[in-house]
Amino acid sequence: MRKYFVTATMVLFTAVSSLAQSTSGVEMADELRSSGKIYVVVAVITIILLALIGYLFSIDRKVKKLEKKN
Amino acid sequence: MKENWWKILASVLVIYSVWSGMLGSVPELPILHETIRNLYFHVPMWFTMVILYLISVIYSIKYLSSGNENHDLLAVECVNTGVVFGFLGLVTGMIWGNYTWGSPWPNDPKMNSAAISTLMYLAYLVLRNSLEEEQKRARISAVYNIFAFPVMIVLLFILPRLTDSLHPGNGGNPGFSSYDLDSRMRMVFYPACIGWILIGVWIATIQYRLRKLQNKQLN
Repeated sequence: MRKYFVTATMVLFTAVSSLAQSTSGVEMADELRSSGKIYVVVAVITIILLALIGYLFSIDRKVKKLEKKN
Repeated sequence: MKENWWKILASVLVIYSVWSGMLGSVPELPILHETIRNLYFHVPMWFTMVILYLISVIYSIKYLSSGNENHDLLAVECVNTGVVFGFLGLVTGMIWGNYTWGSPWPNDPKMNSAAISTLMYLAYLVLRNSLEEEQKRARISAVYNIFAFPVMIVLLFILPRLTDSLHPGNGGNPGFSSYDLDSRMRMVFYPACIGWILIGVWIATIQYRLRKLQNKQLN
């Protein structure tokens, strides 16, 4: 299940970041510092959301274990 | 795994809505500026709440016809989760309103209605806790829930439209379709709504399963 999740996330991230890249000018390795540093905020929110969703999945698994025991 | 596909879908949609919601292009409007992106996060909270209340009322009706206590449990847990999303909607709306309407609570009809409907559902939870006998509690709260749902719909979606409201789509203001939701925003807004609704349903089902386990232990 984790595998599916990771691949889905990777595909999404590449799709979005390719959209965000500018098509003109020289490519520089400072994507995280461009556009008023909004990417930093996006990264922070993504980590928070991923952690919360992972937490939800783990709670779900614990409940499933309890259900199987009963 | 197979029955979990919608949980993964929910996660992917929500993450996608954050990425595209923060990085995608939006219409440049006065007053709103970049806060227009709040549409992707504030409005789905309300949609999730309404869907959870809808599921709850469906299961309340089911309980009245079947007498199955699991239907009653699911109805309660949907309201429990829905109230959380309702509070998130109120608080995010207050922050947004503070910076665009000039006050966190400008006595907008839709805001007042939202507050009243949240109180109504809090009353539902209090009512349940005040009744000792299980079957009586389930039956009375199911009937209350069936009355509360249409009142909530009227308060949120009908009354604000009859007067002037700051919210788009109400009173003299144009709705989603005209100025604040172009086709680019739709591509983010709808996935965000579906994602958050699924997350809400997911949390409610976890609560429901836990409550069922607790009941089993008590018996």
